[in-house]
Amino acid sequence: MTEFIVRRLLQALLVLAVMTVLVFFGVNVVGNPVYIFASSECDQPCINAIVKDLGLDRPIWEQYWVFIGNMLQGDLGNSFTHGVPAMSLIWERLPATLELAFCALVIALVVGLPLGTLAGLRPHHWTSRVIMAFSMIAFSVPVFWIGLIMIIVFSVSLGWMPAVGRGDTVEVFGAELSFLTLDGLHHLAMPATTLSLIMMAMVIRLTRAGMREVLFSDYIKFARANGIRERRVLGVHVMRNILIPIVTVLGMEFGGVIAFAVVVESIFSWPGVGKMLIDAIAVLDRPLIVAYLIFVVIMFVTLNLLVDVLYSLLDPRVRLGGNSG
Amino acid sequence: MTDVPVLQVDDLNTSFLLTAGEVKALRDVSLTVHRGEILGLVGESGSGKSITGFSINGLLSPPGQVMSGSIRLHGDEITGLGSEQMRRLRGNRIAMVFQDPMMTLNPVLKIGHQMRDALRAHMRIGDREVRARSLAALHEVGIPSPEDRLLAYPHQLSGGMRQRVAVAIALLHEPDLVIADEPTTALDVTIQGQILSLVQRLCRDRGTALIWITHDLAVVAGIADRIAVMYAGRIVEEGTVDDVLDRPAHPYTRGLIDSVPSRGQRGRRLQQIPGRMPALTDLPEGCSFRPRCPRAADACAQPQPMRDLGARRVRCCRPLTEALA
Ligand SMILES: Nc1ncnc2c1ncn2[C@@H]1O[C@H](COP(=O)(O)OP(=O)(O)OP(=O)(O)O)[C@@H](O)[C@H]1O
Ligand SMILES: [Mg+2]
Repeated sequence: MTEFIVRRLLQALLVLAVMTVLVFFGVNVVGNPVYIFASSECDQPCINAIVKDLGLDRPIWEQYWVFIGNMLQGDLGNSFTHGVPAMSLIWERLPATLELAFCALVIALVVGLPLGTLAGLRPHHWTSRVIMAFSMIAFSVPVFWIGLIMIIVFSVSLGWMPAVGRGDTVEVFGAELSFLTLDGLHHLAMPATTLSLIMMAMVIRLTRAGMREVLFSDYIKFARANGIRERRVLGVHVMRNILIPIVTVLGMEFGGVIAFAVVVESIFSWPGVGKMLIDAIAVLDRPLIVAYLIFVVIMFVTLNLLVDVLYSLLDPRVRLGGNSG
Repeated sequence: MTDVPVLQVDDLNTSFLLTAGEVKALRDVSLTVHRGEILGLVGESGSGKSITGFSINGLLSPPGQVMSGSIRLHGDEITGLGSEQMRRLRGNRIAMVFQDPMMTLNPVLKIGHQMRDALRAHMRIGDREVRARSLAALHEVGIPSPEDRLLAYPHQLSGGMRQRVAVAIALLHEPDLVIADEPTTALDVTIQGQILSLVQRLCRDRGTALIWITHDLAVVAGIADRIAVMYAGRIVEEGTVDDVLDRPAHPYTRGLIDSVPSRGQRGRRLQQIPGRMPALTDLPEGCSFRPRCPRAADACAQPQPMRDLGARRVRCCRPLTEALA
């Protein structure tokens, strides 16, 4: 197990190294941020001063080395526009995004698992057809469109739901959280639901497919032949087997959810890292963009690592190293 | 009271109602098994052996359904019972062992967990009692160091060990009837012998009635007291092992016996039964074996009732004469 983790860690570091190169050079060939800082009456010496100040006069590989050196010390540079460290901006905005993503995950599981189970149990019943049609739609309709429709229906027409912001928050360990207040939950509901739809569709499909496969297996027949109650057969004996692919896929998708949060946060003006990125791109705030991308890469890599470990815990057959007891 | 059979099945008809038509999987099946008796149920693939087992313990998967007939356990009718009442019988009074030990145990649950669920399906007992009973059951089927096995996952055991575990689980509640559906077919020959004598010993010791399903006549000859031969959903011949195997009355039984290689006829070509079993949706009038039977005559097109020939029953109007001697 240790060897497995060490090997995965080394792979992760390699991926990270490659990504820093791609991200840094990719972002630094786009546009010229100097003009954002230069006022209209700024002449050439003034511009040169700004260039020098931002370190943009040095060769790009030298900029890269400085960037890497600083990154290793946890410093991803100062945001051009905010003048504060980019990382601190990300940390400040991250709780909002994580809260949104986790709520979406919970909604996807709480709604998706029972619906998928139902569809798997009675595949030809009309309820199953409705459920599967719903999952098709959730998969194929663009997230931004669903978000906008929700705003139009529930906020504009009916006036039931707030369309923007986080509402009241409570501070927990230095992070502002919405889901602990009623007003916060009210604000969270629409963006979290919007963000959860694709995951939900995935959970429904995976659960249904898993049910169809596992229900007819000999070990489920055996469990029933032993008189084990149906609730326990489905909830434990079947579910344990189905959860393996679901955990794997969701774990890997979770990074994608945070990426999708960019869209949802923009639509609902949710003050998370996704909205921050969009704002940063609009003003070409390079350090902030780079910091965000590096951060996302680290998160993806960490998530994949976690999924591998979790997967081996759930499925004893892939568990590495001997623990046959 | 002792002459009330453990299981008495009368004129059981089971069908799969498909949109394409009715598949008559069982037609007028009658069986009797007494306390401590072993009945061998033989027949070629698709003849309805497993469906007989699932009809008895109420685990037919839809669209399969018992159309008519009676199934009595110790004289009590069980065909009309509700699903919870059937669940209470399963594993408790009617147990089942399946063919492939690689598939009968849940791959993601520890042996101890599976035994605990099977125990608690029928009794309210605490952890200590569960453990004691599980250990005793594993010990009884000859599993070395049962304490360790409780913590093991199925893939950590060999095929033979797994089948022993399955037998231990099936016998946890000392059932009155065990239906063993080809439990040795997937094992290699030496292990087959061990499992065979294990189950035989355990059932004899406790007076458990046993239905041993197989298509291996050698296995039946070694273990069973009586044999029932199935063909296309019907029992065509039934009697003691010696009667049926030494002096078969039904031409189909004769054909089955002749198609088994034996030592006396090494080098000779095996006799094959020509043709195939008819489709169960499209059965010929009268005897279903008629199209393949060397003795077929016009009378065979009439309905064939069960005939009593002394201690044996046969569904044939032109039984082989040596049997009558
Ligand atoms: N789900 C189903 N739908 C339709 N027909 C079925 C279904 N399951 C079984 N049957 C029919 O029932 C017949 C008997 O099946 P069964 O499983 O009892 O055969 P078997 O004697 O156990 O054969 P084997 O030796 O291969 O296990 C089959 O020939 C098949 O036509
Ligand atoms: Mg079978």
